[in-house]
Amino acid sequence: MDVVTLGRLQFGITTVYHFFFVPLTIGLSFLVALMETLYVRSGKEVYLRMTKFWGKLFVINFAVGVVTGIVQEFQFGMNWSEYSRFVGDIFGAPLAIEALLAFFLESTFIGLWLFGWDKLSKGLHAAVMWVVAIGVNVSAFWILIANSFMQEPVGYLLRNGRAEMHDFWALLTNPNMWVMVPHTISAGFATASFFVMGISAYHLLRSQHVDLFKRSFQIAAIVGVSAAVLVALNGHSQAQHIVNSQPMKMAAAEALWQTEEPASFSLLTIGNLSQSGEIFSIRIPRMLCLIAFDQLDCQVLGIYDLQAQYVNEFGPGNYIPPVAVIYWTFRIMVGIGFLLIALALWGVFLVMGDMFETRRRGLRLFVWAIPLPYIANTCGWIMTEMGRFPWVVYGLMKIEDGVSLVVAGGSVLFSTLVYTLVYGLLMAAAIFLWIKFIKAGPEPAPKDQDAEMDMTPSLVGAQD
Amino acid sequence: MSLNTLWFIFIAVLYIGFFVLEGFDFGVGILLPFLGRDNDPQKMDAKRRLMLNTIGPHWDGNEVWLLTAGGATFAAFPHWYATFFSGFYLALFLLLLALIARGVAIEFRSKDEAPRWRSFWDGSIFLGSLVSALLLGVAFGNLVRGVPIDAKMQYVGGFFNLLNPYALLAGVATVVVFTLYGAVFISLKTDGEMREKTHALKGKLWIASVLVLAALLVFTYNQTDILARLGADPGVIPIAGMAAMLAAGYFIRKRMEGWSFAMVAIGIAFALVTMFMILYPRVMISSLDPSYSLTITNASSSPYTLRVMTIVTLIFLPLVLVYQAWSYWVFRKRLTTESRMVY
Repeated sequence: MDVVTLGRLQFGITTVYHFFFVPLTIGLSFLVALMETLYVRSGKEVYLRMTKFWGKLFVINFAVGVVTGIVQEFQFGMNWSEYSRFVGDIFGAPLAIEALLAFFLESTFIGLWLFGWDKLSKGLHAAVMWVVAIGVNVSAFWILIANSFMQEPVGYLLRNGRAEMHDFWALLTNPNMWVMVPHTISAGFATASFFVMGISAYHLLRSQHVDLFKRSFQIAAIVGVSAAVLVALNGHSQAQHIVNSQPMKMAAAEALWQTEEPASFSLLTIGNLSQSGEIFSIRIPRMLCLIAFDQLDCQVLGIYDLQAQYVNEFGPGNYIPPVAVIYWTFRIMVGIGFLLIALALWGVFLVMGDMFETRRRGLRLFVWAIPLPYIANTCGWIMTEMGRFPWVVYGLMKIEDGVSLVVAGGSVLFSTLVYTLVYGLLMAAAIFLWIKFIKAGPEPAPKDQDAEMDMTPSLVGAQD
Repeated sequence: MSLNTLWFIFIAVLYIGFFVLEGFDFGVGILLPFLGRDNDPQKMDAKRRLMLNTIGPHWDGNEVWLLTAGGATFAAFPHWYATFFSGFYLALFLLLLALIARGVAIEFRSKDEAPRWRSFWDGSIFLGSLVSALLLGVAFGNLVRGVPIDAKMQYVGGFFNLLNPYALLAGVATVVVFTLYGAVFISLKTDGEMREKTHALKGKLWIASVLVLAALLVFTYNQTDILARLGADPGVIPIAGMAAMLAAGYFIRKRMEGWSFAMVAIGIAFALVTMFMILYPRVMISSLDPSYSLTITNASSSPYTLRVMTIVTLIFLPLVLVYQAWSYWVFRKRLTTESRMVY
């Protein structure tokens, strides 16, 4: 393998791994802050134990997210130094601002939260968690500004052989960013909601800590159903945007080799995705037009036409991303997205009817659903990043031009192997701790709290 | 003052913030197996938890100073970031591994009681802290000494080029001084047996620090262009830094912990200021040809970017200082093994 492939592999592995932890951090920080606020407002001890239980799981997640984030910040310079020289002027700024505005905030306040139980007043302690949650989300915002520049470069001028920042405001109003941020953030909330619902279901099925986990489930179901719907809606607007800004990505996602008018939407393909290798496929006529343009008639350019168009515009070369990868990651992501909406609605239904005891099989679904958002998140990023092929900055710089010139393939191979090993070890340790704490459950109630639980289900904000 | 100079100063401030804050975190990590020793496993664990709790609320926020320095270098001096990070590839890779090992270990070690679990992560904290301190010293030693950089701003030396005697000495000096700093910090933040135990240790570590720093100073005159840059009389800051390190010995002997801590902190900060003074206006010195060096001019971002970043930094860096200071204020009380370890 050459340095470019190895560098991409390393970026892929470390980024997918990092983003395994990020969405949960995004959503769970908010949920824990919400739980602690409920404790402060209601004074009910169950919310304190709830906060501590989920907080413990949050911290394990946060720790791995933070340390793997360091690699992300340094990796551009290490493996992609020519990319860094080319875009540093405009791409470095959001990264630096992220560290200054968000990373400092979350890291300092998580320390205050962890160690401050005896030092801060109840209200202040809850406020500290809100600051963590805000920091986490602000962090996501700036990182996505940086990523959006790679997807849809704006606000720059080509000067001195590099992309120089010309308009900071354009970075902040990058249309790609404004479809990407809501999608990513709501995906984080959905991930956390399903994490909480799944673990709550696990305990409810065993009739342990019923009061605490019922309430947890309620909170997560309400947040989860909104998040799942928002993910889909934002995903829809993102797709509509990509059709125009990165048509090749969309064509690859549809395995649309020939230009179609009106364009159909492919539900499923069996066989090779190249047009001749297709054995069986289900396509819904006009559906892609509806999805992409909100109308029944449209023309969507196919891969061959786009390739010809790019050769015309950028010179000879291969501009076709790995179609099978893009096609299937897109389908898995969207499929899971719809599944999550259905599940979240089912969860709300269980909550409304207080059917945790009677619908046990339905409750068990939530335990199995925990991995689903993770798979969807990963697929989403693989599609987004690999779909940008062959560009590292869309239309401006090709991947192979961004790689470090002085780093030997052996070094990249070595570091990739070690990262994989170390990250694997961390994952194993994190999962070991998660399972341990999940099984152990929250601290026991001081008195017989579970016995005095409300018989009527109380919705968030409705208690007391 | 030009924006380029201002950004050189900002980045220096971020690195100094990192060394001054995270330095004692590394020191505590290095001391963990030594001060956290006891024949009774339970007492040993209590001691280690006590030590880790002194840095517990802070280390994560302290580490961000390094990340921000990295990010700011990327934004303000992209060529510096690119040449430095790609050139020092394996050294930085090892640094990252060390930081990962230490960071995760601090969070994970108390989450399971099994002695093997704890000793594994404790080893990880020790090694992670030691290797981080060593490599940071090696990296900064090489920055002031100069490294082979060609006309195209590319580092053309290998990994072993970085392991020259001067850089290694800088690495050792960083380890020794950070260990002293950690001991001083522990004596400032704890009470009872732990506080007592640091006293003898601090004296020894102080002697070691002064010796290794003296060697480094002599070597610096021999290996860098400090003489051409700062002259035989290096000026008030380097001398004040040395004086602070010497004064630290007096305060350590007098058991004035706050003053000892302040003196070591000033010593570390001024040593770094001196380093950046030797460097300025270059950001990476080429040992092949002085004209190949990266400077605050040829490595920098556009004036527009620097202006935007200046505004953002002037607003938010003071804010960071305020809330980090508040967090130190919240946890100002000394800890003992009898303290309730809430974490």
